[in-house]
Amino acid sequence: MNPHLSKQVINLRPGSLIYGHWHKQRYKVISLLGKGAIGSVYLCERSDGKRVALKISDKSASITTEVNVLKQLNKVQGTLLGPSLFDVDDFVLSNGIRYSFYVMEYVKGIPVSAFLKKRSKDWLGVFLLQVLSDLDRLHQQGWVFGDLKLDNVLVTDMPPRVRWIDVGGTTQIGRSIKEYTEFYDRGYWQLGTRKAEPSYDLFAVVMLALHYAYPNQFDRGKNPEQTLNEKLRQATVLQPYRVCLERALRGHYQTSAQMLNDLNRILIKRQTTPMFRHQSITNKQVAGDTVLPLIETSVIGVSSALFFLVYYFFI
Amino acid sequence: MRKGTLKQILLITDGCSNQGEDPAMIATLVAQQGIAVNVIGVLEDSQRENPPGLEEVEEIAEAGEGVSQIVYQQALSQTVQTVTKQAMTQTLQGVVNQELKQILGPGQTVDSLPPEQRGEVMEVVEDLGETCNVEVLVLVDTSASMQNKLPTVKEALMDLSISMNARIGKNRFAIYSFPDKRKTIKQIIDWSEKLDAMASVFPKLTSGGITPTGPALKEAMYQFGKSKLMRSRKREDESTFEQTGN
Repeated sequence: MNPHLSKQVINLRPGSLIYGHWHKQRYKVISLLGKGAIGSVYLCERSDGKRVALKISDKSASITTEVNVLKQLNKVQGTLLGPSLFDVDDFVLSNGIRYSFYVMEYVKGIPVSAFLKKRSKDWLGVFLLQVLSDLDRLHQQGWVFGDLKLDNVLVTDMPPRVRWIDVGGTTQIGRSIKEYTEFYDRGYWQLGTRKAEPSYDLFAVVMLALHYAYPNQFDRGKNPEQTLNEKLRQATVLQPYRVCLERALRGHYQTSAQMLNDLNRILIKRQTTPMFRHQSITNKQVAGDTVLPLIETSVIGVSSALFFLVYYFFI
Repeated sequence: MRKGTLKQILLITDGCSNQGEDPAMIATLVAQQGIAVNVIGVLEDSQRENPPGLEEVEEIAEAGEGVSQIVYQQALSQTVQTVTKQAMTQTLQGVVNQELKQILGPGQTVDSLPPEQRGEVMEVVEDLGETCNVEVLVLVDTSASMQNKLPTVKEALMDLSISMNARIGKNRFAIYSFPDKRKTIKQIIDWSEKLDAMASVFPKLTSGGITPTGPALKEAMYQFGKSKLMRSRKREDESTFEQTGN
């Protein structure tokens, strides 16, 4: 392989065709979805008309590694962890330059922050739960997500659900984290190693919430742990989940199931407080709800008066 | 395949050499000894992405069969560890390619395999990358203009040791700076598994005016010789990867 030839970054215009060297599939480029360290992702149309996401790069090794991860994730039972994988191939240009690509499900969604702005901030708790339950399944299969961050998840429709779109950092438990982002990395915050263990991902879940609360992020400062605790305390939007997030920062949870249960308990408690119910009821319900307590109060009042009389006369 | 030791020099500099042998020539020589040369060029905040003085960076790494990257200070930590890991994968792939050529005939590399088999080969490469032993000699340019970047360099190296020590395989680091009036390069930390001791030594570095990158690289190469001798006395059976490159 000539290093000078391989250093070229591929730039595909809408309408360009990508041919698979080995499997002979053909893909028509519709638009660019994103560019990363490893390659570019394009929205494409397959010959049967299906819309797919295609990641292409001159770094064949990295593409192969990601494909290996996707294959593993696709094996996990239940809702798909990450996009499903359709095809892996090479695109060889007429001048002999070879690009590797893989084709996956096009996950159509919007960023978490955009969704929360559109609907309600209350969804954040549910999303955190969804992330944790996906992590739980992943961890049970012996893997750690590694590069968990807001940029790597999308909210899909009907019903709203968080999906992972970039799984390149997924690492076998016990190894060193393959790919990470500083702000989300507990090593950077001096709060743990870069070894792939479930607690590594749980720390990133906290940072996910913090990144949402502070879209411009923040520096780690002189005392990173103190910085994180302060930022967590000051974020009003995270107040409902603070206890759980603080515990995760301290490394309290060994498994995602533990954190999931803790967060779940908090969310359920919130839903049964009277103030919360009050917000979501319609006019009709209001009428019924005010009459019923009146009857209740009067019944209690009468019965306690009777009880008092009985008590007064017989003692 | 037996587990071996990957050897790398990581050169951190901010300008071009101006004294002694051509660093690209020395890097070629170093690579011949089975040691990959990686180079990170550190930019001033006011500099453009491709300033004229830093062309050398890429050339040295190409000649040294390593990886290069030009970055601003803020991105140094993450770059140091990506460059190191990329170079490891590159070297290991080179080794695997050699084996493939022996089995399948000349011209056969990982990339000429169909995607399915390539996946299996990459798993082997990843396994090796996780479990092999690694020796990294960090060579820090402390010429005048680097002085204000040294705290960041220190942090980046601490970060590198966090990343590397999360691996299953063993690591050994040594840190040298250059220029040095008497011995071309100056030892900051001798071969050791962790870099914690570095914190106290780093601020004391003094700067010099010249940048003899070539001679410094050559001197760095000899430091591996020393450690290899020391090690082979202790563990006779340990083999080393002698190949580098893609």
